[in-house]
Amino acid sequence: MTAHHAPAPVSPEDARIAPKPRLRRFQQASWDEKLIFELGSPGERGVLVPAPDPAIAPVEIPPALRRAEPPALPEMSQQQVLRHYLRLSQENLGADLNIDVGQGTCTMKYSPKVNDQFVRDPRIAALHPLQDEDTVQGVLGIIHSLELLLKEISGMDRVSLQPAAGSAAIYTNVAMIRAYFAARGELEQRDEVITTIFSHPSNAACAKTAGFKVITLHPDADGYPDIEALKAAVGPRTAALLITNPEDTGIYNPRIEEFVRIVHEAGGLCSYDQANANGILGITRAREAGFDLCHFNLHKTFSTPHACGGPAAGASAVTEELAPYLPRPTVEFDGERYRLDDDRPESIGKMRPFYGVVPNLVRAYAWIMSLGAEGLRSAAETAVLNNNYLLHKVRRIPGVSVPYAQGRPRVEQVRYSWQKLHEDTGLHSEDIGLRAADFGTHYWTSHHPYLVPEPMTLEPTESYTRADLDEYVAILTEIAREAYESPETVRTAPHRSTIHRIRPETLEDPATWAVSWRAYRRKILGEATR
Amino acid sequence: MTSSENFVHPYIPNSVPSVRQAMLEEIGAASIEDFYADIPAGIRLHRPLDLPAALRSEVELTRHMEELLARNTSTRQVLSFLGSGCYPHHVPAVVDEVVNRSEFLTAYAGEPYEDHGRFQALWEYQSMMAELLDVEVVNVPVYDGFQAAGTALRMAGRVTGRRRVLVATAIDADKLSRIRDYVRPDHDITVVPVDPETGSADLDALHRELAAGDTAAVYADAPSALGIVDSALPRLAELAHDAGALYVVGCNPLTLGVLAPPSAYGADIACGDIQPLGIHQSFGGGNAGFIATRDEERLVAEYPSRLFGLAPTSVEGEYGFGDVAHERTSFALREEGKEWVGTAAALHGIGAGVYLALMGPQGMREIGDTILAHTAYARQRLAQVPGIEVPYGDALHFADFTVRYTGGRTAAEIRADLKERGIYGSVPTGEHEAAFCVTEVHSKADIDRLAAALEEIVK
Repeated sequence: MTAHHAPAPVSPEDARIAPKPRLRRFQQASWDEKLIFELGSPGERGVLVPAPDPAIAPVEIPPALRRAEPPALPEMSQQQVLRHYLRLSQENLGADLNIDVGQGTCTMKYSPKVNDQFVRDPRIAALHPLQDEDTVQGVLGIIHSLELLLKEISGMDRVSLQPAAGSAAIYTNVAMIRAYFAARGELEQRDEVITTIFSHPSNAACAKTAGFKVITLHPDADGYPDIEALKAAVGPRTAALLITNPEDTGIYNPRIEEFVRIVHEAGGLCSYDQANANGILGITRAREAGFDLCHFNLHKTFSTPHACGGPAAGASAVTEELAPYLPRPTVEFDGERYRLDDDRPESIGKMRPFYGVVPNLVRAYAWIMSLGAEGLRSAAETAVLNNNYLLHKVRRIPGVSVPYAQGRPRVEQVRYSWQKLHEDTGLHSEDIGLRAADFGTHYWTSHHPYLVPEPMTLEPTESYTRADLDEYVAILTEIAREAYESPETVRTAPHRSTIHRIRPETLEDPATWAVSWRAYRRKILGEATR
Repeated sequence: MTSSENFVHPYIPNSVPSVRQAMLEEIGAASIEDFYADIPAGIRLHRPLDLPAALRSEVELTRHMEELLARNTSTRQVLSFLGSGCYPHHVPAVVDEVVNRSEFLTAYAGEPYEDHGRFQALWEYQSMMAELLDVEVVNVPVYDGFQAAGTALRMAGRVTGRRRVLVATAIDADKLSRIRDYVRPDHDITVVPVDPETGSADLDALHRELAAGDTAAVYADAPSALGIVDSALPRLAELAHDAGALYVVGCNPLTLGVLAPPSAYGADIACGDIQPLGIHQSFGGGNAGFIATRDEERLVAEYPSRLFGLAPTSVEGEYGFGDVAHERTSFALREEGKEWVGTAAALHGIGAGVYLALMGPQGMREIGDTILAHTAYARQRLAQVPGIEVPYGDALHFADFTVRYTGGRTAAEIRADLKERGIYGSVPTGEHEAAFCVTEVHSKADIDRLAAALEEIVK
């Protein structure tokens, strides 16, 4: 160093740093990272494999079963693999870094770190599902106890934790409904399932997959499930009603008991999709509303992480009457010892290779135990408070409207509409979402079809502070301002994201879609691949 | 009056009473009860939930969980030879490092802008699996290998418009139960028993079953439930195709560094479980499924799952990603989509991708060779134990294999005695039949210790 200059005199004013602006000047990581196939070089190794003992002879593979050419996998050293994936992780926002209220219907609540520690312990991670029951009393106890907790939370009689996710639990419930009517000799007759358009698409899709015809009810003028439409739809062919409540609009159906009664009177069963249970824990239950079955998404209401889209976990709960059909094995407890009961002749069988997504069962158990009854109630009430606070503020943003149920409160989420903003500016809800990425947050429109035009579904859960909610409102307010004053900014967003707008047309054309590197090389680059 | 008024929990920031009150005032609500106005009193729960007292601090919670975990004895604490659908393989440290990153672990359904990383990581997973399987299309993971097989068969049914499915190799009873339930509305399943001597597919019986011309798919597992990689696998393709059926093969992807991928011997659809690719056993909680095909529109159109594709962006030289042919899915079309799609097992796909990148072609070849050699050695060594018969002669086995006890003792008794000696194994597959599994984590000394223990126990 050759610093011969005398330092300039400074004052406290020179050391002063301007306060943060109202909106954060976010910049998403953008490593300009190559594809993994463009990295590494022949001969590099990421991890070594133990060689067989020299005393063990190698196996001669019959020529017809032998691989002809080695797979063209990357050849990379260990740190280079790590670095590639760490860069990709930085180019991923994740809920932990986000005010993740923009993914409505999905209950993006905080997933406590302490619960991850239990799951990584070898006494969970390195357990084999076929160990002797004496050696897994701890984990069987956790599964059984979680069943009991969810039994009380739902009011139902028996719970299965085998479904791998929410949709898997819906399917499990449909399969039990099918088995129930088959046992009564009514399956030929009862081939219809009724659902509502604001229930998750998987209700309709799982029922169809299981062989039922699907009747979808649309809302009445106020946005409530249409009871007259239900009356017109039920009959001797009705197997079941699959319904969410509150629906994805955040509107609670006050006539739910009547819906259940109408279907029961027609001889059908009622299955409650409790994906939206977060605002009603300890407030109202499937039991009191008269349901025969229900399901929870443990990755939503009970805090397990969403993991880029799973592994998740589902819980199916039923009344005593449906219990014989539950997936096998069940976990039984005689007061001293837990055991697996596979001898259940009326069971629909296995829904999963073993007993469920056990790490998430452990997390959900720990989460409920850390809150107790009072904590669950507080979570529900706070989620509802947060939602109505957000509603109070978001409805004042220019271009936003709140269709349906005027003057009524919402439970834990709201489906808003940007229809006015669209009419005024030509911009779509999707455009708002892409601009939201520039402020370090995620935003999703809604499930299809867009019955609410230009939809946006916000669900703030109990995890966010008032300041977090205010920041999210400020982001939406700013984007709405831009939409009216400088629409190009929104139309061409994102500007501070990892990448710029994707040209999606190529993903729809069989000639250009590329689901793998080798498909891209053959179809787009014209290279010879084997 | 609400029951949780003075409860402040670290996970619930706005449970602070003064904050609550200020928010209520700003909204203009008298109490939180106002928001529940649409819930009729008749279905309200008018008492607190009857749950155990909360363990509010991490100290209390951790102590409680530790007591429960202490009642498990893991496969790290003993010598385990358990497989049969959940496999004890080494999980490289870098895999754990990546899948435990907060950004991946807690993300969900972000767009390819704020969540570019998960799209690229999953597309790379698809691409590495495509190299391994020698095909061009692999899906974002589904729940597990059972689900993948069920969907693969329904895909074959939609392509052929036919009803029957023939299972040609030995199949796990639970897997069969799951597939049967899943395909029930559209398909009848016929299991064609394997030759009891060789464990191999009965080609004559299959030929007879196929003669009716109503078969949508011939299904085979490689390895089968017996651990056998059947030398008849290529011949099954010819039989299926001659009868106008598709050939669907469930395979263990960890075999494919050394064994031919199903596409090489004529499979139209490959499927299976990626748990062996760097996913912890977790008491059977680590399974995730894949489906793979050629890049043919008629096959791609039948996937219910998400397929990520590579696409250009508005800026030269940027990689973008998105959903391929999204209109297939129940996300787009509800019940008019193919089966259903929902949250499944994406993070396991990212982990399996890291695993394949670490292993590379050489690692995959070595691990395949090692497991084949260990399996062959274990079969030879156990065959020398008096009172044990190792069936199916010189059939190629990978990881799983079965034994028969001829000394009168049952598989369950032997399993219990092994446990007393600190060894997990002998999963009963019949009264006097049992399954064992060896992988790269076992040494020759481990296998010799198992054999020595069995010599004392079996008689």
